[in-house]
Amino acid sequence: MSDITTSQVPVKQDGTLAHIGYVLRSNPVTLLAFTMFAILLLAAVLGPVIVPYDPMESNAAIALQPPSMAHWFGTDNLGRDVFSRVILATRLDLAISVAAVALSFLIGSVLGSVAGYWGGWLDTVLNRLFDTIMAFPLFVLAMGIVAALGNTVENIVYATAVINIPFYARLVRAEVNIRRDAGFAQAAKLAGNSDIRVLALHIFPNALPPMMVQVSLNLGWAILNAAGLSFIGLGVRPPTAEWGIMVAEGANFIVSGEWWLAFFPGFALMFAVFTFNLLGDGLRDMVDPRQRS
Amino acid sequence: MSLLSIQDLKVSFATRRGSVEAVRGISLEIRKGEVLGIVGESGSGKSVTSYALMRLLERNGRISGGSLTYGGIDLRQARESTMRDLRGREISMIFQNPRAALNPIRKVGHQIEDVLRRHAKATRSNARSAAIRALEAVRIRDAEARYNAYPFELSGGMCQRVVIAIALACDPKLLIADEPTTGLDITTQKAVMDLIADLIAERGMSAMVITHDLGLAAQYCNRLVVMKDGEIVEEGGPETLFSRPQHAYTRKLVDATPRPGASVRQLLPLDQRSAEPQLPKAETPLLEIRDLTKTYQGRSGPVHAVKGISFEVRKGESVGLVGESGCGKSTTSSMLVRLIDPTSGEILFNGRDLARSPARNFARDADRARIQMVFQDATDSFNPRHTARQSIAEPLARLTNTPKRQRVARVEELADLVGLPRPLLDRFPHQLSGGQKARVGIARAIAVDPQFLILDEPTAALDVSIQAIVLNLLVDLRTKLGISYLFVSHDLHVVRLLCDRVIVMRDGEIVEQGTAASVMETPSHPYTRELLAASPKPPLPAPPERTAAE
Repeated sequence: MSDITTSQVPVKQDGTLAHIGYVLRSNPVTLLAFTMFAILLLAAVLGPVIVPYDPMESNAAIALQPPSMAHWFGTDNLGRDVFSRVILATRLDLAISVAAVALSFLIGSVLGSVAGYWGGWLDTVLNRLFDTIMAFPLFVLAMGIVAALGNTVENIVYATAVINIPFYARLVRAEVNIRRDAGFAQAAKLAGNSDIRVLALHIFPNALPPMMVQVSLNLGWAILNAAGLSFIGLGVRPPTAEWGIMVAEGANFIVSGEWWLAFFPGFALMFAVFTFNLLGDGLRDMVDPRQRS
Repeated sequence: MSLLSIQDLKVSFATRRGSVEAVRGISLEIRKGEVLGIVGESGSGKSVTSYALMRLLERNGRISGGSLTYGGIDLRQARESTMRDLRGREISMIFQNPRAALNPIRKVGHQIEDVLRRHAKATRSNARSAAIRALEAVRIRDAEARYNAYPFELSGGMCQRVVIAIALACDPKLLIADEPTTGLDITTQKAVMDLIADLIAERGMSAMVITHDLGLAAQYCNRLVVMKDGEIVEEGGPETLFSRPQHAYTRKLVDATPRPGASVRQLLPLDQRSAEPQLPKAETPLLEIRDLTKTYQGRSGPVHAVKGISFEVRKGESVGLVGESGCGKSTTSSMLVRLIDPTSGEILFNGRDLARSPARNFARDADRARIQMVFQDATDSFNPRHTARQSIAEPLARLTNTPKRQRVARVEELADLVGLPRPLLDRFPHQLSGGQKARVGIARAIAVDPQFLILDEPTAALDVSIQAIVLNLLVDLRTKLGISYLFVSHDLHVVRLLCDRVIVMRDGEIVEQGTAASVMETPSHPYTRELLAASPKPPLPAPPERTAAE
């Protein structure tokens, strides 16, 4: 009876690690993105240990020195080491963006799943709500939220999360909606799963691959958004080391030729955003079991 | 003389695991006015051959050897511009899925005009009338009005006619039809194949018909080529092939093709046939359906999908539910398996009316484990993120109190029962073949020992040889476990093999029901007769005794 199935040569199968290895090997851009991401993570985790100077310590004697062997990125107007400050700021900026994206991922997933699975008036109401949020210029909305709630790091996280929720919710809604009546969802119901279990354990996980692309792009936007808020004086306050503030402070000195104050934090910002933009495709390939051979 | 000549063609694909040869040196010829059938199961390289011929291979595929000559032109070396001129004007193709072959957002008339104007067979001023003539040529009624239709407004059969109209608009000399009727209803299949055959004869074209259905190919082709694993195993006229198949694989295909008079065991190769099953006598009713209706609220008024049907299924009995798409058989099975609620009527299961327990709460119903289903589309019915093991274990975990360790043992026991090798349990659905997925689907459905199993066209997407194996597996399981089946299908010949009684549905109503033999041999309703007449009539194979000596 089983001649067809047994006669086939068994194909060697990939484990999760081997699959990740394959994704990294097959696409050099992904490998580059993950290397850059590893650098960012190292800087965030080991920041205080590896910096050569105390980022808060001012020393008027060495103020505004250009990059040198002693101070790789130069010193700022208070004589603080720019390199140490840029490295140290990584932790704060990443923390803000990861927290904000995690929050909007969570809320957006729940709202989008509910709207996509049950539909009806709930779907209509939620969709109009997302439309309303997206109708605002998003950065202005974030400014408003931070200004109204108060100038704290938490409020930057909340504001960034709120403006990103509609993107996740819409994506999840569409992905859930097309799978609502899929065979495997029906089969899951026959296996005794309630609607919520079918949604949470069977349909939602299948929306993850496109979500990963959205997450990584969003991490980049969130960093920019947090830095932008700080730049205009909302959110993180000086003297905290944060890329947005450092660019804002350094901007005053560009005209007088001290470019390194704004350049290096700006470069770090660009590096982070670029990393996250590159990361998306690779992450998607990793979480999608169908990419495995 | 030959119109097309293929010599020692080799096609290979570059994949993650190195180069794979899909076509391994085949040679064939098509003469003028000849209809050649290429028959083979999935993965045999029959479609790849036609794509290579049109030079439409996917990016990772390439012709790695041999030659292709059409009317003196070397197709392998020809420039892309030459190929563009040939496609549509000299060689045309009809694709497997007509809906996917048409551009969904353009009027069908415009899509016909495109090809006419590309090959300068019409100008802007007379393209419209030429397109309408092309629609008329494929026997589309009211062609003038259909010119303005979008593909989604047309039925599957109508879409395939439009695709044929596009393919034939420029009077090609060679027509390639790649599974032209897969996914179409059996009566539509007959209409489309008759149309293609008429047009080929009318215009004196040559054709290459690619199909997995040996019976269909035998009925419409002059000569057949049987392919397996990228090679031609046998070639000959349809009668010879059926009565004296030389190659073991052809014999297997011929045997596996459902035909009048053959039992389910006779579909298997001679050496694998076990004794005819001893089926249990069915007396006590298990499921009684009374006046079941389902009405949907459509935009233009209510749609009556099921209009008050009544029937019963006895314990251990297998009942066939036959009908074409849109007849309400899927709605009926969804209601019986309690995925949707009926508008009215009773579903008495062991005397209890299940229609009163709403579908949304049925997951926790005591009868949930007793009614299960095997889905039609084996690919769509598995969570792409779950391995076969997880899929089979799911109902055990949710519907029974089996501890984890026993579940593992039970899954392996089930795999053995359905003949799925245990190492395959850790694969994802996309890593399994169609037949393997069908086995996983059956294992999942019987995991919780149901009393009643709905089989929704479980073999529709399978190759005939796999279909034969799966049908036999289902018969064995029924004998062993005493499960009652409702076998939903569009194919009366397949239903007859498995069922004691047959119900024929049309437009939401039951038009005929009775024992399988009486419905098949003395159909009382004209629609049943139409269905029976539409299925392909392969020439009868020689009795197995004669070939056993070979």
